[in-house]
Amino acid sequence: MRQGFRQSMAWLHAWSGLVVGWVLFSVFVTGTASYYRAEISQWMRPELVAGATDPASSADLAAAYLQKAMPDAVGWYVELPKPEKPAVGVMWWKSLDGPFHQALLDSTSGAPVGARDTRGGDFLYRFHFELGMPPLWGRWIVGTCALVMLVALVSGIVTHRRIFADFFTFRRRRSQRGWLDAHNVFGVLALPFHLMITYTGLVTLAPMYMPWGVAAAYKGGEMRFYVDSGLMPDLRGPAGKPGTLAPLSSMIAQAIAERGEAPEGVSVYNPADAAASVVAIFEEPHGLAHEHPQIAFDGTTGAVLGRNGATRAAAKTSTVMLGLHEGHFAGAALRALFFLCGIMGAATVATGLVLWAVARAPKGAKADGFGVRLVRVLNLGTIAGLPAGIAAYFLANRLLPLDLAARADWEVGVFFGAWALVAVLGAVRPAGTVWREGLALVGALFLAVPFVGAIATGLHPLAGELRFLGFDAAMIVLGVLFVLAARKAGRPRPPQAQRADAAIAGREALRA
Amino acid sequence: MTQQKDARRGPAYRLAVAGRIVLAVLGGYAVAALLTALLSLTLPLVRSEAVASATLVSFAVMVAVVVYVFAARTLGRAALAVAGLAAVLGGGLWLAGGFSAAGAA
Repeated sequence: MRQGFRQSMAWLHAWSGLVVGWVLFSVFVTGTASYYRAEISQWMRPELVAGATDPASSADLAAAYLQKAMPDAVGWYVELPKPEKPAVGVMWWKSLDGPFHQALLDSTSGAPVGARDTRGGDFLYRFHFELGMPPLWGRWIVGTCALVMLVALVSGIVTHRRIFADFFTFRRRRSQRGWLDAHNVFGVLALPFHLMITYTGLVTLAPMYMPWGVAAAYKGGEMRFYVDSGLMPDLRGPAGKPGTLAPLSSMIAQAIAERGEAPEGVSVYNPADAAASVVAIFEEPHGLAHEHPQIAFDGTTGAVLGRNGATRAAAKTSTVMLGLHEGHFAGAALRALFFLCGIMGAATVATGLVLWAVARAPKGAKADGFGVRLVRVLNLGTIAGLPAGIAAYFLANRLLPLDLAARADWEVGVFFGAWALVAVLGAVRPAGTVWREGLALVGALFLAVPFVGAIATGLHPLAGELRFLGFDAAMIVLGVLFVLAARKAGRPRPPQAQRADAAIAGREALRA
Repeated sequence: MTQQKDARRGPAYRLAVAGRIVLAVLGGYAVAALLTALLSLTLPLVRSEAVASATLVSFAVMVAVVVYVFAARTLGRAALAVAGLAAVLGGGLWLAGGFSAAGAA
């Protein structure tokens, strides 16, 4: 696009980064939050208190519930209770295309739990790769943006070939050079993470994005691929004759006897068929790979049908990539590091978006063109709007009446409503103060979460409730960071710095 | 938008940029998909391993094609190279039986 390889890569970096930047920022933020998906869900269902559970007997209760909910289902899934998550999650579906129904059951009574209706951390997790859209649409959009992110990373590395020199150059002024340096520091410091998380993210959904290898080699028998790879046991199809499902507890007892731990969940295929299968799925053993050991049972007799095989090199590489992406293997410290890297990813995207607009702002008294204005509005609408939406989602969880119909949907509505509101306000407020106002609002919302939560539920450290200290502390840290960012954005910059920037950084940042 | 004296902003330039975007998206995906299918059938590995290896590298292949399309001197040269590569891969896939009906596997 320009003369020379580096010049054309600089062009590619600036424009590819811009067109997908807003989606990428949202994907990074919600993905980073998903490292603490379980903790978010716990906070959003304060009624569920950790306690002893019996996986085997609660599986029978779940089966009784599912038997009533959909006896002719194609599949059920029972997520067994754990001490830190004492409820039983159940899912059932009549077709693999959905809809997938779900409920949360009490592990001792088998009735739906009394906890408030919420989608918890799962909403942010699914938003990370579906953007709150119909799954197929969302996944293709996110996948496309991830590929463009990979292109932006490669072209960015070429553009900033003085990568280590750039890393040690940080001109801490609120100026174009400051933005460029911040973009470089966030981008380079966590570069291995950015490359890893983007590529492994694509691999996570590779069967959907790139099905042609499986299609060419397995023509019509695609499920065989997963069996051959050691990712699932060989399952039989339905017999077409009715059958009676044996108690799940006996199969779970067998599974516990074999592996020395309770499975994480149980899938039941064709539960009302004479050839029903039950698959006990265990958590990944210690290690990087995301590989769930599985034991398949004959659903009517409880006899073992088979197990998933061992993975070979290439399949193992895939599962390790999945494991790296999800970070399940990580202990508390490593998970915190992943979280920080994720934030740096979001910051790389955000500073890049701001830099694009700053570098193209007209000099002097000329009015902004439509393009630059649009980018500015979308920048604020996303960078302040999404965090505002997340904070509002948490606040809605504590403030909406507990008996509200479709309460979980209302929470999601508040998330999108707050986001849209901030975006619209950002478009109409004067450009000079809008960042200060927007970021301060986000900070205030996050700071309000622990206090609103304490007042609304009566659960707080002073009342002896220590479960949510970590979550509350995280909200306060986020709030303070946004307030500090707002203060920085509010500081006027000296005019001579402006002129120096225009001269020095113009060429550096604006190669396009 | 403040840059002047630049033929870059003309309609011919815009059309060429649009052409490169279309070529990068469609050509990049086509080359990656054809190579994935071809390698899945021809890599001297267990079948599932060949498929997994080919699928894993497919995204890097697509990125490489996209980068090439935007780095090439002219759109015509990029289109020729991508079309040639896709034709070679498609021919290889045909020879490997990738287009025959189910049952061959």
